[in-house]
Amino acid sequence: MLISIVNPNDRPVVLDAKGIVKTFGQVKALNGVDLAVTRQELVFVIGPSGSGKSTLLRCCNRLEEPTAGAVYVDGIDILNRGININAVRRHIGMVFQSFNLYPHMTALGNVTLALRRVLKLSTRDANSRGMEALDGVGLTDKAGAYPGELSGGQQQRVAIARALSLEPKIMLFDEPTSALDPELVGSVLEVMRRMRNTGMTMVVVSHEMRFAREAADRVIFMDEGHIVEEGTPSDIFEAPQHQRTRTFLSAVTQK
Amino acid sequence: MEQLVQNFFNIEVLIKVYPMLLKGVWMTLQLCVVVVPIGFLGGLLVAIGYSFHNRWLNALLIVYVDFFRAFPPLVLLIFVFYGTPYVGLEVPAFVAVLIAFFLNTSSYYGEILRAGIESIGRGQWEAARSTGIGRLQTMFYVILPQAMRNVAPDLTSNTLEVIKFTALASVVALPELLRMGRIAQGITYNPTPLIAVALIYLAMLWPLVRFLSRLERRMLVKQR
Amino acid sequence: MSALERIKHNFFDLEVIEKYAPSIIDGLWVTLHLALFIIVCGLVLGLLLAVVRSFQLRFINWLIIFVVDIFRALPPIVIMIVFYFALPFVGIQMSGFVVAWLSLTLVLASFVEEIFWAGILSVDKGQWEAARSTGLSFFQTLCNVVLPQAIRMTIPPLTNRTIVITKSTAIASVVAVPEILSQAGAAQGFSANTTPLTMAAIAYLLIFIPLVAMSRVIESKFAWKR
Ligand SMILES: Nc1ncnc2c1ncn2[C@@H]1O[C@H](COP(=O)(O)OP(=O)(O)O)[C@@H](O)[C@H]1O
Ligand SMILES: [Mg+2]
Repeated sequence: MLISIVNPNDRPVVLDAKGIVKTFGQVKALNGVDLAVTRQELVFVIGPSGSGKSTLLRCCNRLEEPTAGAVYVDGIDILNRGININAVRRHIGMVFQSFNLYPHMTALGNVTLALRRVLKLSTRDANSRGMEALDGVGLTDKAGAYPGELSGGQQQRVAIARALSLEPKIMLFDEPTSALDPELVGSVLEVMRRMRNTGMTMVVVSHEMRFAREAADRVIFMDEGHIVEEGTPSDIFEAPQHQRTRTFLSAVTQK
Repeated sequence: MEQLVQNFFNIEVLIKVYPMLLKGVWMTLQLCVVVVPIGFLGGLLVAIGYSFHNRWLNALLIVYVDFFRAFPPLVLLIFVFYGTPYVGLEVPAFVAVLIAFFLNTSSYYGEILRAGIESIGRGQWEAARSTGIGRLQTMFYVILPQAMRNVAPDLTSNTLEVIKFTALASVVALPELLRMGRIAQGITYNPTPLIAVALIYLAMLWPLVRFLSRLERRMLVKQR
Repeated sequence: MSALERIKHNFFDLEVIEKYAPSIIDGLWVTLHLALFIIVCGLVLGLLLAVVRSFQLRFINWLIIFVVDIFRALPPIVIMIVFYFALPFVGIQMSGFVVAWLSLTLVLASFVEEIFWAGILSVDKGQWEAARSTGLSFFQTLCNVVLPQAIRMTIPPLTNRTIVITKSTAIASVVAVPEILSQAGAAQGFSANTTPLTMAAIAYLLIFIPLVAMSRVIESKFAWKR
């Protein structure tokens, strides 16, 4: 059941989340959030800690089951019980704050696991595709290294390669640079910048406002499980409409 | 079904033998109350011995600990019980059990406590010593309380093992619970007393097993 | 006789050693076989139970916890005696060897299940999420990502527990399995001399001192890594 959704500037919608509600017991993490992302768009999500940013991303690949709402990826209703969620997930890359590399596998092993097990590639094909992905993040020379032997920045780039190698239709980033030492942030942002330039569709939760300004098509500010306001980077950063946005931005930029 | 009840849950048999089983429980409890503390104390001595970091003492302790950890407790018990008369020492079964289990138990407790003590950083020693507290006092008031908390699951688990060991004493005719159960079975020609013994052990030890599981889970969460 | 001579005569009598060495060695083989069957079956069954438990099916989990608790709580000697002396009354006859094997396998499997389960729980949730986000299924994640890490973490407790349970094979002498201790006991009866027990002790030490020493090495190696 393909629903062709076309937005005003005629780009197809890759991710369409509608009215997402997520509650954890008493806590309402998401309170009816709509998020539509068109192809090649980079959407930036900002907001205070606990505002539901991670939960929103995790609802988009069903790491969390939304309490209510609908999520379409490339027109496929991913909340439908009948679909094979694993087949869908490989099209939705995800990068975590804490990298979550498999510590018992080399960088290449991390990248190729899903290639071998989900795409069922032969070891040789998986390896060559894995090396390509590592090349994309500038880490071919670290293919044989274990996560423990890599810097945080390198680990995160391997994690990005792991997601990219599956040729996803969209990439979700959950604070990809928050766990990194300041001097290592640049290398990860550089990789993300390159992905953007090659036309990857991305949703990025991050506090890197400079990067948002230069790279984002749209910035969304969330608070308490709601989208408070959204707009172009200059809308949000130069002329925020809501007091809560202003408070948040001044708190962040003061640092 | 009837056959099962008749053989395993025979009330008549149970009524007849329960005084014997109670005696057995009493003996088992006495054993535990003696074996666990002295084993623990022995372990404490071993662990404190390790903490001197004296090369010869350490080597000696390692030999002691590994030797008695390698010995199956039942073999040790039989060796002590049947061996001592030949060297002119006629020890009662209870004492033989104590000796054998002390050797085994103190080794295990010692190794666990050593790991606990080593898990406490030098900073704690230095902080305490810098305030003028003596070596042994630092050990008892500062290090050991933290060490024991760190290895609480292992200590509990070993205590469980020790209590289970006491059933081995039946082999040298010490009239503890298992022994009494077997005698009762012999008298009544019915295995109900054996089932009763198993259920009594469960009643005594199952809470400890649950407690241990909770403890282990808590430690795991803390480690994250 | 001096004390020393008496000890020598009663504990290291060469004649007795020569006479009963073959039967002790027979016992050694039985012990080794028994231990091998127990270790293999116990480890496999325990791992299997932990895997089943990770599926988090409520009723099955309760069942596993219940059974595992029982076999962790009961002294192995009680289990063997119930299996050997009580079960025949309801028509279940097993040889002493089978009883010993079954009892200790169940005991080992129960402890192993708990150890593996703790290992699985100790693997960071992010590992599950990362793997699932790349499209790996639950079972693929368990086998490729979680278990390899869990197993590494569980090796020291597994070694220790395996040694403890394997030592319990000596209890099989109570249910008439002709392993080391029971051979030695019989020989001691015939010869009215403790030397066979010395031989048994030495046989056990030969088996277990290397294992205990190995566990010490494993322990320090993994402790250091943490
Ligand atoms: N697994 C969970 N269980 C219970 N509460 C959760 C869980 N995950 C998130 N929450 C709660 O949901 C809210 C939103 O969390 P999150 O999406 O992580 O926020 P953010 O990523 O913006 O910091 C918070 O109040 C958080 O405590
Ligand atoms: Mg978050």
